[in-house]
Amino acid sequence: MLEGILIGLQTAFSVQNLLMVIGGCLIGTFIGMLPGLGPMSIIAIMIPVAISLGDPSAALILLAGVYYGAIFGGSTSSILLNAPGVAGTVATSFDGYPMARDGKAGKALTIAAIASFCGGTVGAILLMIFAPMLSSVALLFHSAEYFALMVVGLSAIAAFAGTGQVAKAIMMTLLGLIMATVGEGALFNMPRFTMGLMDLQSGFAFITLAMAMFALPEALYLVMDPARSKSGQSGDIKDLRITRDEAKSIAPVIGRQSLQGFFIGVLPGAGATIASFLGYAVERNIAPEKEKQEFGKGSIKGLAAPETANNAACTGSFVPLLTLGIPGSGTTAILLGALIALNVTPGPRLMLDDPQIFWAVIISMYIGNLVLLILNLPLIPYIAKILAVPRNFLIPFILFFTLMGAYIGQNNATELLLLVGFGVCATVLRFADYPLAPLLIGFILGGMLEDNFSRSMQLYDGIGFIWERPMTLGLLIVAALLVILPSYRARRARARAEGVADGD
Amino acid sequence: MALDRWIGLVLLGIFVAYGYAAWFTMDAGLAPFMQRNPIWPSTFPKVLSIIGILVGLIIVLGLEKPDKPRDQDPSVTVYRQLKEFKLGQAGLLLGLMVAYALLLRPAGFIAATVGFLVIGSAILGERRWITMIVVAGLATGIVWYLVQVVLGIFLRPLPAFMGV
Repeated sequence: MLEGILIGLQTAFSVQNLLMVIGGCLIGTFIGMLPGLGPMSIIAIMIPVAISLGDPSAALILLAGVYYGAIFGGSTSSILLNAPGVAGTVATSFDGYPMARDGKAGKALTIAAIASFCGGTVGAILLMIFAPMLSSVALLFHSAEYFALMVVGLSAIAAFAGTGQVAKAIMMTLLGLIMATVGEGALFNMPRFTMGLMDLQSGFAFITLAMAMFALPEALYLVMDPARSKSGQSGDIKDLRITRDEAKSIAPVIGRQSLQGFFIGVLPGAGATIASFLGYAVERNIAPEKEKQEFGKGSIKGLAAPETANNAACTGSFVPLLTLGIPGSGTTAILLGALIALNVTPGPRLMLDDPQIFWAVIISMYIGNLVLLILNLPLIPYIAKILAVPRNFLIPFILFFTLMGAYIGQNNATELLLLVGFGVCATVLRFADYPLAPLLIGFILGGMLEDNFSRSMQLYDGIGFIWERPMTLGLLIVAALLVILPSYRARRARARAEGVADGD
Repeated sequence: MALDRWIGLVLLGIFVAYGYAAWFTMDAGLAPFMQRNPIWPSTFPKVLSIIGILVGLIIVLGLEKPDKPRDQDPSVTVYRQLKEFKLGQAGLLLGLMVAYALLLRPAGFIAATVGFLVIGSAILGERRWITMIVVAGLATGIVWYLVQVVLGIFLRPLPAFMGV
């Protein structure tokens, strides 16, 4: 492990990669601050740039930097304007915005930055401990177990979608999976489901789909619902210092939430949003009665808790990505897509085959957190000026960047028409409350899922691998339980509420 | 019927069509030696189509009950929201994006992009023409430089009839 850390240090501290982290964090903070644009859109827009860098470590470092920056930027707009750009920072606005209204915007931003820094750093340490352990277990896996593991991951994402949403989330995952079967697969050498169109021969492009699922609907929502894009002057941001007493009171909160957030982030499908809300709720419940009254009115603990938890969870979500190659969230799915485009397959072999990538990413997490704390925080009063850019200028630019991203990824104008078409479909799906992240995750995992399934079918000459390998069977049962349990429990709860006996 | 179930119906249709292709038409051209394989190109799609049709039926028939009352469900309230939404502007911008896609090559990057950014702001109600043109021109120049020179991806700057 020590050797790995040294390789990582060497890679991450090259001039180019340091510039990538700093640049990524700044770009992420800039765009993440714009209300209504989440990290997924920003990363989708940055992918073509990252891919054309050609160096996988640099690309992943850049994208990870953008990711942290975007989350930090999202917290900033939550605090200053009460306009969270990301679901993960909604809980931040509960106490951050009241503080800003009281003229304590500078203090709120400092607390948010320190909390994010600690959450991210503790997360990175835990990642260093757990990722190698998990990936040494994962090395024992065969393609049959991989297949089953991916099914578990996809089911978990659906199961965490919330009550009444499981069927929709599964539907979206399946839609992503069938979209992945379009085109010429590696295994069979024959085009499938192309409907005779040459343009579909190589399948749908992942960047186009990522833009269409996230960036375009968000931009269209901004157009349709002007109330969403609150742009405006934030008040003066001054006095970034916090007192020693304040530091002392938030320290235990930060410690607890770093751990809790990280482990929630590791679960596929849970992620930063759940971690931040849960962190807020837990801290409110265990706070002394006097401080409990403060929550929601500008409590520093109520601000530190969700900020720490969401950053720790973001780091945690890298664990399944780097060790198993299975993304647990939309953002890590996009990162996985970028890695595949760069010919790197994340998974347990990553640590052995490309240790410099694995460790450089982890080391760059520390650097990224440090950059956010010492570079972005003092710059915030200036960066916040972007909040005053009028939406009439902003929205055409966002649309233009999505177009450019799809175009330079493929160098093909048909791709732009596909982008608009999918974007409209995605917006309609969002109207109807269908979750879009599972679609993209399904699309990205689809190819690998089918490859592993086919390989096990060939090895066992049929579907015998399911019952001949106990671990595969066990994992598939877990997957089935994950899908069935939430609706079964909801049904029982309803039956009990209606006064019907438990017997059904 | 709420929007989500209508969409469920459309998705169900997609899966039926996909399943039809997987079960009945795809294997027609399969080479004899491949038919001995335990796995065919259509195997995985067949599995997906069955699960897809089942889940589609669950959504269309409303078998999975949401935990909140139906009239608070986003897919029901969306009808009310849609009336307040500025659908016209969104439609115009989408049309503009399609036009950009079709014109990017014939008109060249610079003309198409400046036009897109200026008309886009105009659709949203901006009327400071000089600012708009200056901003669009600057941005176009910077992006062209970054893509062409820094990233090294060819973008034709001028209209097709002017060469290059």
